[in-house]
Amino acid sequence: MSASRTFRVLPGFHLTLGYTLAYLSLIVLLPLAAVFLKSASLSAAEFWHVISAPRVVATYRLSFGVSLAAAAINAVFGLMLAWSLVRYSFPGKRFVDALIDLPFALPTAVAGIALTALYAKNGWIGQYLEPQGIQVAFKPLGVLVALVFIGLPFVVRTVQPVLEDLDTELEEAAASLGAQRWQIFRHVILPVLLPALLTGFALAFARAVGEYGSVIFIAGNIPMVSEITPLMIITKLEQYDYAGATAIAVVMLVLSFLLLLLINGLQAWTAKRTGRDR
Amino acid sequence: MSIQVRNIRKTFGNFVALNDVSLDFPTGELVALLGPSGCGKTTLLRVIAGLEQADAGQVLLDGADASGTHVRERQVGFVFQHYALFRHMNVFDNVAFGMRMKPRDQRPSEKAIRAKVEELLALVQLEWLADRFPAQLSGGQRQRIALARALAVEPRVLLLDEPFGALDAKVRKELRRWLRKLHDELHITSIFVTHDQEEALEVADRVVLMDRGHVEQIGTPEEVYRQPATPFVYGFLGSVNFFHGRVDGSNLRVGEDVLPHAPQDFDTGSEVIAFARPHELDLVPDAHADTGVAARITRILAFGVTVRVELDGLNGATGQHFEVELTQQCVTELALAEGQTVRLLPSRLKVFQRNDAIGASA
Repeated sequence: MSASRTFRVLPGFHLTLGYTLAYLSLIVLLPLAAVFLKSASLSAAEFWHVISAPRVVATYRLSFGVSLAAAAINAVFGLMLAWSLVRYSFPGKRFVDALIDLPFALPTAVAGIALTALYAKNGWIGQYLEPQGIQVAFKPLGVLVALVFIGLPFVVRTVQPVLEDLDTELEEAAASLGAQRWQIFRHVILPVLLPALLTGFALAFARAVGEYGSVIFIAGNIPMVSEITPLMIITKLEQYDYAGATAIAVVMLVLSFLLLLLINGLQAWTAKRTGRDR
Repeated sequence: MSIQVRNIRKTFGNFVALNDVSLDFPTGELVALLGPSGCGKTTLLRVIAGLEQADAGQVLLDGADASGTHVRERQVGFVFQHYALFRHMNVFDNVAFGMRMKPRDQRPSEKAIRAKVEELLALVQLEWLADRFPAQLSGGQRQRIALARALAVEPRVLLLDEPFGALDAKVRKELRRWLRKLHDELHITSIFVTHDQEEALEVADRVVLMDRGHVEQIGTPEEVYRQPATPFVYGFLGSVNFFHGRVDGSNLRVGEDVLPHAPQDFDTGSEVIAFARPHELDLVPDAHADTGVAARITRILAFGVTVRVELDGLNGATGQHFEVELTQQCVTELALAEGQTVRLLPSRLKVFQRNDAIGASA
C-alpha cells in the first residue's frame, strides 16, 4: 500500500457513474437491444428483403430528406426568432416567447389536424395555394410543413441563451475596426453561435425523424409519395409482422445514429477551431 | 489629430449623463478623463468614438464635424475595459481583423497584413503569442493584444475605456508605465478613462476632472493637484480633511474652536469649507490650546515612512474623521498615544465658499 491515498475533490464519482450507467442501460440501451434482437429473428436475406423494398426505401428518402430540410429551415428562422427575442424589445415579446414552446406542448395529433385543416384544398390557406398549383396537404411539402412546425422550439431555445450571453462590446469592437454589419455577423457573431446552432439543428432533426402524430394527418400516406418511415413500422405492426417492423426500426436507428454522430463531429470540429476546446 | 466636443448633452431616461460638455483635446496628447463612477466619463468617450449618439452638441475630429458619422467611418481605435477580444480567433487573427474587413480595393495583401501584425505584436512585445487564443492569455496580455488590434487600422485617435480597470494592482502599474512609453513613441492623440486618480496623474499629459455630467477642471497633473479649482477636485485627488466653518475676521470658526488661517477674500460671516491634506495638519498635544480643532486620536499606524494618525473630531467637528501624516520623529517627540485628545492645526488651508454641492469630499 502506498503511504498517501489519492483522492478526488469532487466526491461521489463511482456512485454517480454507476447510477448513470445503470439508468442509461435500463432506459435507453435495453429497448434498443430488444429491437436488434427481435430483428435478428429474420435471416439475412429476409432482413435485406424487408428493408430494401422499394416502398420502404422511398420512405427513408422522404423521412430523412424532409427532416434535414426542416431542420435547416428551422436553423435559419429559429436563429432569426432568437435574435429578435434577445436583441429587441417590442410589445407582446413575452407572449411571443411563450408561443415558441407551444409546438412542444401541443399533442402532435392536434398539430397534425390543425395543419391539415389549414392546408387542405378547402382550408384557409390551401384554397389560395391550390389554384397556384401548390399542393401542400397529402404531399411531401405537407410533411415538411409539419416537421418545421414541431422542430421550431429546438433551435430557438438552444441559440437564445448563447445570444443573450454574447457581449455587445464584441460587435462594438468590430464596428470600431471598420467592419460592416454583415461582416460583423459573419465573422464575429456566427462563429460564436455556430455550436449552439448545430445542437439546435441536431435536436430538430432528431425530433423530425421520429415524428409520427402530426405528419400522418397532413401527409395523406400515399405509397411511394408521402409515406414516412415510422408509418411503415406501424403498418407492419398492424399486420403482426413484428420482425419486419423491427428490421426497419434498426435501419432508422443506425441512420439516425450515424447522422447525429456526424453533426456531433461537426460540432467538435467548430469548437476546436474556435479555441473553446483548449 | 485634434478632437473637440461642443456642448454635448446626453441623457438616459431621467439621468443626465453629460450636461453641456465642451472640451478641446490637442493633437498628440494623452488625456485622462477622471471622475467617480457615473460622472459621465465613459459616456463622453463613447460619444467621441461614435458608439453612443449625443442628444445635442457636436464632435469635431480634425476640425470636421463627425457627429453624424458611424463609428466605422471615424477611424478611432477603441480599447475596452474587458478587452472584447474575439475569442474564436487566435491572437494573430484578432490583430489582423481590422485590415481583413477593409473593402477589397483597400485591403492590403495577406503578406502585408502578416508583416503589419508582426510589427504590432513586436510593439506590444507579445510576438510569441501569435498562435494562442485569448482564453490562454493573462489579463495584461489580453489588453496589450486589444491595443495592438486597435492600432492595426492606423486610427487617427486612440480611445481607452478604463483599460487597466480589470487588472490587478501590480500588472496595472506596469501597464500604465508601458502605455506612457508607447504614447511617447507613437504620439497618437489618446484619451483614456479612469476612476483611479493616481493612474490619471501618473500617465496623462492633461487631466480632465468630471463630476455629475460636467467638467470640473482641466489641467496638467500638477495643476489639478496643486491648484484644485473646486472642492470636488480637491476631495477627489488624494486624501483630504475638511472643516465646515464661518469666517470671523482673520479667523475661521469651527463650532467653538478657532483656526487662525484667515481667508482673505471672504467676508466675515460667510459659510466656508476648508480643506487640508493629511501632511498639512499639525497636532498640538495641549488639548486646551487657544487655536486648533479638538480631536481624539483613535489609531496610530506606524508602518511605512510616515506615521498615519487617525482622529475623531470633538466639539464643533463631532462625527468627522481626520487623517494626519507625521514623521516618526514627530510622533516620538509629541509622545502621542491612542485615546489622547489633541488639537488639529493646519499649516495650509484651501478655503472654498460653501454650497450644497459638497458631498464627495469625505
